[in-house]
Amino acid sequence: MTQADWNAYMQQRAKVANDPEIARFCNTQLPAADTPIGEVPMVALDMETTGLDERSHAIVSIGMVPFTLDRIKLSERRYWVVKPPSLRPLSASSVTYHHITHSKIAHAPDLDEILAPMLEMLAGRLVVVHFRNIERPFLDAAVKARRGEGVLFPMIDTMSLEARLYRQSLWARFRRWVGRPPVSIRLNASRERYGLPVYQGHHALVDALATAELLQAQIATHYDANTPLRAFWC
Amino acid sequence: MDVELLEIRQHMSHFPPFDALSDELLDAIAENIEVRYFKTGSDILLLNEKVHELCYIRSGAVEVYRRQGELYNRLGEGDIFGHFSLLRDHRVRFPAKAIEDTLIYFIPEGIFQRLCEEDDHFADFVELERPRLESIAEDQKKSNDMMVTRIRKLLSRYPVMVDITTTVQEAAQQMSKAQASALLVLKRGADEPRYSFKDSEGETWQMYGIMTDTDFRTGVVAKGLDPSTPIEQVITPRLITVQSDVSIYEAMLIMLRNNVHHLPVLYRQRPVGVVHLSDIIRYETHSGLYLVSNIFNQSSVEGLARLAPDVRAAFVRMVQEGANSQMVGSALSTIGRSYTRRLLELAEESLGPPPVPYCYMVNGSMARNEQTIVTDQDNALVLSDAFDPEQHDDYFYQLAKFVSDGLDACGYTYCKGDVMATNTKWRQPLKVWKHYFHDWMTNPTPEKLLHSSIFFDLDSVYGEDVYIEELQDLIATQAPKSLLFLAALGRNALNRTPPLGVFRTFVMEQSGKHNNSINLKRRGTAPMVDLIRVHALACGSKAQNSFERLQAINNTQLLASGVSNKLSYALEFLCLSRIRHQMIDLQEERNPDNNIEPENVESHERHGLKDAFQVLSNAQKFLKFRYPMPANRQGRR
Repeated sequence: MTQADWNAYMQQRAKVANDPEIARFCNTQLPAADTPIGEVPMVALDMETTGLDERSHAIVSIGMVPFTLDRIKLSERRYWVVKPPSLRPLSASSVTYHHITHSKIAHAPDLDEILAPMLEMLAGRLVVVHFRNIERPFLDAAVKARRGEGVLFPMIDTMSLEARLYRQSLWARFRRWVGRPPVSIRLNASRERYGLPVYQGHHALVDALATAELLQAQIATHYDANTPLRAFWC
Repeated sequence: MDVELLEIRQHMSHFPPFDALSDELLDAIAENIEVRYFKTGSDILLLNEKVHELCYIRSGAVEVYRRQGELYNRLGEGDIFGHFSLLRDHRVRFPAKAIEDTLIYFIPEGIFQRLCEEDDHFADFVELERPRLESIAEDQKKSNDMMVTRIRKLLSRYPVMVDITTTVQEAAQQMSKAQASALLVLKRGADEPRYSFKDSEGETWQMYGIMTDTDFRTGVVAKGLDPSTPIEQVITPRLITVQSDVSIYEAMLIMLRNNVHHLPVLYRQRPVGVVHLSDIIRYETHSGLYLVSNIFNQSSVEGLARLAPDVRAAFVRMVQEGANSQMVGSALSTIGRSYTRRLLELAEESLGPPPVPYCYMVNGSMARNEQTIVTDQDNALVLSDAFDPEQHDDYFYQLAKFVSDGLDACGYTYCKGDVMATNTKWRQPLKVWKHYFHDWMTNPTPEKLLHSSIFFDLDSVYGEDVYIEELQDLIATQAPKSLLFLAALGRNALNRTPPLGVFRTFVMEQSGKHNNSINLKRRGTAPMVDLIRVHALACGSKAQNSFERLQAINNTQLLASGVSNKLSYALEFLCLSRIRHQMIDLQEERNPDNNIEPENVESHERHGLKDAFQVLSNAQKFLKFRYPMPANRQGRR
């Protein structure tokens, strides 16, 4: 989807939305595609889920940290543990992975209850994730299940930026040609390339912070603050 | 506390001044931090820019410059900057630039003010612009003043524990198997909440009593009880326990007061061990005091040599207990002197009384009370002026040889430079020594300067102390006037420089490519001691110990105010680092040496070393200016 599609898409969604919270979200003006990235307000988003398939697995926690190229604002962070629908229970393996236990979830709210503050934080900010194919379909599906209509919005995906830089370059193609394995573009491996410290992974808020730092590093290294937004979003 | 911020909190809690903050304040910081990434070469703070945040380096490295652009400091992980401006007019005075890819945590001004108001230690740290080195050294001293060794240190294993229904025979068997002299008897349930705890399976137990060897003798065997009697019938439910954090001294008092020899030790309600009176006695006997008295009880060189492992044990223990370098240095020097004295006594016993009076002089680290566990011997004989070589020298040679061989057997290896009383040159009457010293200060040549740097640290160990005092007086009177000598000695003190070149390895420890080790003596403590000696001689001090010399220097106008304090902290840090690494060598059963490998140094220590080397380097530069070559001499060259 191109930038023009995103603005048109959001305007059209705003018109047809029934749910007032979703309508308000879609109505909030997105930064224009030619805005320099240094001026774009962003929010790093990460979710932990019970698995990889949005049709059978559920969201268990959501972390968000608003930021700009200049500053990541931890004081404005948001973090929620949410209760998966009873049809999609926590598996033992996902418990050990995320350290979110049944007892923690038993008293957690349903995603529906936190949707309003969540959308408020996302509105007007460009959402930054590492691997959009989790966050985008999961959020869309979960909202659709509760409000009858989903939410889709533009994202900056630090993983696909990393793939562009390290998997599709001439050098990467040469590596592949001589049979070397491709470099890892997972969050921690990517961070390491920019000299960023190792954080304990698999906590939605820590990963959101880690993603925000990664984007700052990617832009400082390969782009600059004047690069227009259209070079990043998808 | 949100677990999500643990990451940030934990990182900061490793570095001063944050390491001393309360959990509450650390939380407040972590919750309000702002983050930004800086690429290598980018500016973090620009001169005169407005600033409202304290900068904390989470990873990477930063250079801070003076207004004129000269380098002020290099900072690494865990360092802070910007506080100088925050406390003044909020304008950047020292611009900062990332010299590696760097992640900065910004602490907002409001939090910074709160830290200054609520935490004195933090305020001192930033307000006085107090170097980290100083605060580390101070902390070490503080924890040392409060030093009370906790009883838990004496526990070497878990207690033997049995259920109250166990038979006496089985209980005795378990004790024998574990070679324990006491066992703890447990009962299910929690009637006595003071002693109830849950085991690893979640079962609730309570401690009921203790059975010792004596109890088995008096309560079971003497009464002729059947081996199948359950413990319940013989045990008295009387319990005297201590918490694992009481001091050894307190535990000992409790034993004496209650007339018991075994003491169960609890962590909260859970038993973690049993201490026996003999554990405490054994612990005490490892102290230096005991060792010294033991040295004087030995009647042969072999006996003395057998004590060498005890010296090492005493050393390790002192370091573990947090003794500072002066305590360790003076304790080890005292032990070394005791060895020397005892050897002299033994020598006189076998050779007969000396034909003329003499003084046995020690030099180098023993004279300065700065010995470590890695040391050789530096000694000499100052004889009465009535000394006649023809008649008497054979006796003194034998004496010197006996002592020197004995010291070598006890671990004080022969001096490679032959600075020993066995060398005829260093076995001379007082008047010859005076002549030597006078000559060295008047006509300094490289060789004489080398001698001065060894013999001008001097002390008496045995015999006529007054000879040494005369020599010390001579130095103190003549040295301050000997400008050429001071200048030359100052030049000499620059021969060994601190390893500033490997500083980058210190910052970039993650890459860990550097395999060089640093000789902390050659590159750190020795040049520092040399430098302090020059100043001490210049101010006519008779002190021998480097720290005492610094005190004396501090009382003069020789150095800018505060410099001698800085030197003192740096020296303390370097000495302590060296001592600590020697202790690690001993614990890992390697031969202790003076080397440290930068990769093996914790970041906290790495920072301190970096600072200390910088202090030393600056002080060396100053030395050249402070003691210039006298003009007339320079002209002649």
